[in-house]
Amino acid sequence: MIVNEQIAIEHGLKSEEYKKICQLLKRTPNITELGIFSAMWNEHCSYKSSRLHLKKLPTKGKKVIQGPGENAGVIDIEDGDAIVFKIESHNHPSFIEPYQGAATGVGGIMRDVFTMGARPIANLNSIHFGSPQHKKTKNLLRGVVHGIGGYGNCIGVPTIAGQTSFDSSYNGNILVNAMTLGLVKKNKIFYSKAAGLNKPVIYVGSKTGRDGIHGASMASASFDEKIEEKKPTVQVGDPFTEKLLLEACLELMAGDSIIAIQDMGAAGLTSSSIEMASKGNLGIEIDLNKVPCRETRMTPYEIMLSESQERMLIVLENGKEEIAKKIFDKWNLDFAVIGKTTNSKNIELFFNQEQVAKIPINILVENSPMYDRKWKKSKLPKKNKIKNEVLNKLKIKDVLKKVLSNQNICSKEWIWQQYDHTVMGDTIQKPGGDSGVVRVHGTNKAVAASVDSSAVYCWAHPLTGGKQVVAESWRNLISVGAKPIAITNCLNFGSPEKEENMGEFVECVQGIGEASKYLNFPVVSGNVSFYNQTKEIGIKPTPAIGGVGLIKDYKNMISMDLKEVDNLILIIGKTEGHIDQSLFARIILDEKNGPPPEVNLFNEKNNGESILNLIDKGYVKSAHDISLGGLLVAISKMCIKGNKGIKINKSKNLINEIEYFFAEDQGRYLIEVNKEDLIEVTKILNKNSVHHEELGIITQNDIIINEKTKLTIDELKSYYTNWLAKYMS
Amino acid sequence: MKSSVITFPGSNCDRDMDVALKKFGFNNKMVWHNNNELPKSDLVVLPGGFSYGDYLRCGSMASKSRIMQSVINFAKSGGLVLGICNGFQILVETGLVPGVLLRNKYLEFICKNVFVKLDNKENAYFKNLNKDVMEFHIAHNEGNFFCTKDQLKEIKDNNQIAIYYCNSEGKIEDQYNPNGSIKNIAGIFNKEKNVLGMMPHPERMIDQSLSGEDGSIFFKNLINNIK
Repeated sequence: MIVNEQIAIEHGLKSEEYKKICQLLKRTPNITELGIFSAMWNEHCSYKSSRLHLKKLPTKGKKVIQGPGENAGVIDIEDGDAIVFKIESHNHPSFIEPYQGAATGVGGIMRDVFTMGARPIANLNSIHFGSPQHKKTKNLLRGVVHGIGGYGNCIGVPTIAGQTSFDSSYNGNILVNAMTLGLVKKNKIFYSKAAGLNKPVIYVGSKTGRDGIHGASMASASFDEKIEEKKPTVQVGDPFTEKLLLEACLELMAGDSIIAIQDMGAAGLTSSSIEMASKGNLGIEIDLNKVPCRETRMTPYEIMLSESQERMLIVLENGKEEIAKKIFDKWNLDFAVIGKTTNSKNIELFFNQEQVAKIPINILVENSPMYDRKWKKSKLPKKNKIKNEVLNKLKIKDVLKKVLSNQNICSKEWIWQQYDHTVMGDTIQKPGGDSGVVRVHGTNKAVAASVDSSAVYCWAHPLTGGKQVVAESWRNLISVGAKPIAITNCLNFGSPEKEENMGEFVECVQGIGEASKYLNFPVVSGNVSFYNQTKEIGIKPTPAIGGVGLIKDYKNMISMDLKEVDNLILIIGKTEGHIDQSLFARIILDEKNGPPPEVNLFNEKNNGESILNLIDKGYVKSAHDISLGGLLVAISKMCIKGNKGIKINKSKNLINEIEYFFAEDQGRYLIEVNKEDLIEVTKILNKNSVHHEELGIITQNDIIINEKTKLTIDELKSYYTNWLAKYMS
Repeated sequence: MKSSVITFPGSNCDRDMDVALKKFGFNNKMVWHNNNELPKSDLVVLPGGFSYGDYLRCGSMASKSRIMQSVINFAKSGGLVLGICNGFQILVETGLVPGVLLRNKYLEFICKNVFVKLDNKENAYFKNLNKDVMEFHIAHNEGNFFCTKDQLKEIKDNNQIAIYYCNSEGKIEDQYNPNGSIKNIAGIFNKEKNVLGMMPHPERMIDQSLSGEDGSIFFKNLINNIK
């Protein structure tokens, strides 16, 4: 096949990009080479629209061992231990084929983590669906949950936390973001940088098939009415093989055979071989006849672009082939020496003794396109004036019932009960809390992780929204008693070619950067997913933040369930009554406009650190941050989980009672303290200028809000727990 | 006391079982499925997981593993063999315990705490336990125990039912049955009561920071019974 501009465009390349390829090569590429360019230069692999802006994120810190640019980020958790973690999107495939799309998303992110030598110890996910009334939502939700469970459960890694939301902007583009944490010894981390000449390049894992060809290109385009035709671009996962691959790789990694290792994820053999060579400033030569193939008569083009799962590429030390082969044989996995490193700085492919591709690696990597896309700055929307008469007509109990049973607040137990969250025997905080927590096996330490996003805030004002998500992640870690260390981000947006969407991206990233810098909570890994749109309709901007923190002694972990009758509940942080963009405004007032709540980073830091201080001193019995839904939702959840009630004091706050209970002001927490400790706790809070007030006292049963408003815990439970299971039945 | 935990390709609770057995005093060895010989053992455990990816039928391929012949011989000579979750599925496939394990009634994986009622304490596993109801943890997709009417009669006549799903008071009712198992059966013995297969994972409940501590009670009692 003779390559021309038309064929290049069908591969997702732009006309000017094709011209650039011809210019750089000083000739027309052949079809295999064109395929390689399209795989390396698509948005998913090249970050061509986002690179410029991602550079501005803070990525360094005392605890950062490895920032962005490797398979995953790595942080120091002391005593020679490190945590490897990353979040990644699998949105496009999951919409086309929810089970396999979600399953391979989980498989892919776990591979990123164990490629670095870490044993995965926890999975998390952030999944977003269209309106519950939309005809596709139920099946997509079921498929995605089965897919995540099907893969993670089989591997035997606990799924410890997650986030699920519903919003009509996801009707045509669901989001599936998967995150994994792995544990590794600091001196046994593996990287993807090849080194040395004539080193054997080995292929291990599953055979290469025709599945997933052009998967990364598909993920770099918008959907149209023909999406069903794209099913063959979705990869098919085999968690059993991945489990074997995990064990085999870790066994090989225990020795000293490996120079570099890279999993074959997006763009398969193409990107893995090129990345390893590029990082080592080397060339690479591959004999495609040696690649284990599942199907007959596969062409070089297909072999290079296949996204078959559960495969790894390794550069070995000379003479270690036999040792490595023995391990992969033991685990019944394919093993083949398929090439070697060279000093040519080219990627050279051979098939049937003929050279079928030769491209200078720097052209593919350093010369890949980078765009400074036009973007539109967004204005802070005007505040709505909500009349007191409107609020006064509402009954607190009715509002609470609606808010607690709303799909974005209610219990997601139907989902996480389908995920094995206790395997590995170290899960000490299950899904449903502020963060999931797992012990570092065999030590007194524990690692907390949470994943958050607030698309509504980001949509209303991207800069504030970006800050807010980072702050919420920070708060979720603080609430379980963990010291926040670093984050990973999954940036889900619409088309970067539209100024509004690009503006959302730029400003969300700016917000994330500001907050993570201020909170000393650097970004160590991440992923960008653009083109989350069907025809002209894009999703709300949805950056998902995965935060990780450390608890030095796991016995000091905090949970949100109320512990003891007669203890006091304090509100930390000031309640100003910000109603715009709250869940209350949307579902009760039907008001969608207005600015999101302001994020005051000084208060976030000060409040969070003061709570950690109180936790260290043993004063905090339970804690929960106040987020979506506001104060009354937060305390309701604490009551439900602890099976206890609360008698709420009459507020001294001057704002309307409804605003007081349902506002979504930031930087707030609820903490439970013993009466005897109150003086000392107050002293510490005052000393640090932390705003605090007493919400009420814990009782045996019932939430008593005022003389007229009283609810039993059973009532609360029925509002909170029933919606999802009923919806899915 | 010596124990052996068999690792099949796809086992994923083998480490957890190793941790639990050692914690309560067993001298445990991990045994690879492809070995011919079992080390000298007072207890052999087939752990949970997804041996051979649950392909074909849960447990069926593992039941034909090389080591299983030794395990079967060990069981037939009266040795204690405990199968948890996927291990129970493997035991069913070997025929060491009766019945089959079908997909859960609601077709979904379930991971949660359940209560089980002990039915028979005349055996090495539950003898001397001063509890009749225990809180255990389940995590499975195929735990729906089924057998024919004749088999059920035989199982009952021989006192082979080990544990039933129940509530915290020990009431055995349909609403406490998480997976549709016939008669709420959660675990079953062979006729001689030296082989026990059960869906719940006691190894996930071995300290107060985890889902509970009834696993600790189970293992402490087990090692005392064997001594």
